[in-house]
Amino acid sequence: MKPAAFEYSRPADIDEACALLAADDGARVIAGGQTLVPLMAMRLARPSRLIDIARIPGLSYVRDEGREIAVGATTKQHVIESDPVVRSKLPLLAKVMPFVGHTATRARGTVGGSIVNGDPAAEIVLVAVTLGATLVWREGGENAPIAASDFFLGPMVTALPLTACLAETRFPVWSDARIGVGFHEVNARQSDFAFVSAAAQVALDGDGRCTRAAIGIGAVTAVPFRLEGVAQSLQSQRFDEDKVREAVKAAVADIEPMADLHASAEYRKRVAVTMAARAIADAYQDASGRA
Amino acid sequence: MKVELNINNATHAVEVEPRTSLLDCLRDKLLLTGAHAGCEHGVCGACTVLVDGAAVRSCLMFAVQADGYAITTIEGLAPGPGELSPLQDAFCETHGMQCGYCTPAMILAAHALLSKNAQPTREEIVDAISGNICRCTGYTQIVEAIALAAERMRGQNDPVRP
Repeated sequence: MKPAAFEYSRPADIDEACALLAADDGARVIAGGQTLVPLMAMRLARPSRLIDIARIPGLSYVRDEGREIAVGATTKQHVIESDPVVRSKLPLLAKVMPFVGHTATRARGTVGGSIVNGDPAAEIVLVAVTLGATLVWREGGENAPIAASDFFLGPMVTALPLTACLAETRFPVWSDARIGVGFHEVNARQSDFAFVSAAAQVALDGDGRCTRAAIGIGAVTAVPFRLEGVAQSLQSQRFDEDKVREAVKAAVADIEPMADLHASAEYRKRVAVTMAARAIADAYQDASGRA
Repeated sequence: MKVELNINNATHAVEVEPRTSLLDCLRDKLLLTGAHAGCEHGVCGACTVLVDGAAVRSCLMFAVQADGYAITTIEGLAPGPGELSPLQDAFCETHGMQCGYCTPAMILAAHALLSKNAQPTREEIVDAISGNICRCTGYTQIVEAIALAAERMRGQNDPVRP
């Protein structure tokens, strides 16, 4: 459980980090290291050089930009967990934060690190996909935005170019008056990797009918996915558990779930329906509690 | 590489390979063996130390990343030689340990909790140590110890409480 030898660099800014990446094929960026270091300890990753961006000035922030909240790549997860802007404007992200690893990993782990590792069971990745976040990477001195739906390609595989470094994640803010969120996951022990996770955000009118919904399922397939059809079917509807379950069941009928020792493909598909239905139920209830 | 670490309020200059974890550096270079090596890949929590007051896994941090932070190990928790912190006392009294392997990390995780939350609920205590595995499964008394220490520390800060 000792990593292979590597060189260590601490660049002064993100462009220098990109230049170091470009100069060495085996180099990798490290920020909090809570995903990368275990992989290195197990020798599943053997970077020739670690480029430490954790202390680059100006990469750690939560910025309220009105229609979006921009979160700097190296913003620590435990900062997000208690951030007042995140709590009021991004209730779904606030909701999942306690499920992201443990207190001790959230103290070092970063939002950008979770995004670029692209673990299909990562809660932050699920929120980015569900809400349709935009990711901004830096390469060759320029920023390039990409939709979350185009960014995550497979388990631990993303569209991030080898010589690029993630700069920020932009989460859309819903301005609707009554928003509610729900999140559920199943795992072997608290905060272990989820076998199935589901997130939902709904907006209700004064009558308790849905005006807008976003639903996502994580840890089931190679990449978290949105249930667009289910979100459509909720339009103008009050919560009806049977209808919701039917809609989710139909939506996951053709997916090809992952399988491992702990959770078979059949199990994941079955539990996904229940987790999504519960997340949607919670979101409705949460929204009705808001005037 | 040379790195300067601030550990338990003392500065140490050490020469380490970049791949040396903070855990190995503490244990092998500085002989601070209270941080225990369990799984060495971030699962068991036995290597927990405080970095700027927050519980952190020292096996998931390289020593070369640790300069400039205030690092506290279990050796730095007692107020003076031969004394124990309220948490350490409470662990002794409630027998919050069996083999003792997870104990320093449990105490540091609890210390981080109590420094932010003076009156944690049982649920909050359980959550705070959920990243620390006790293979003796002695959790009940560990939770009891943390609750007792919290109560005493509140008392210390409020000595005239009726």
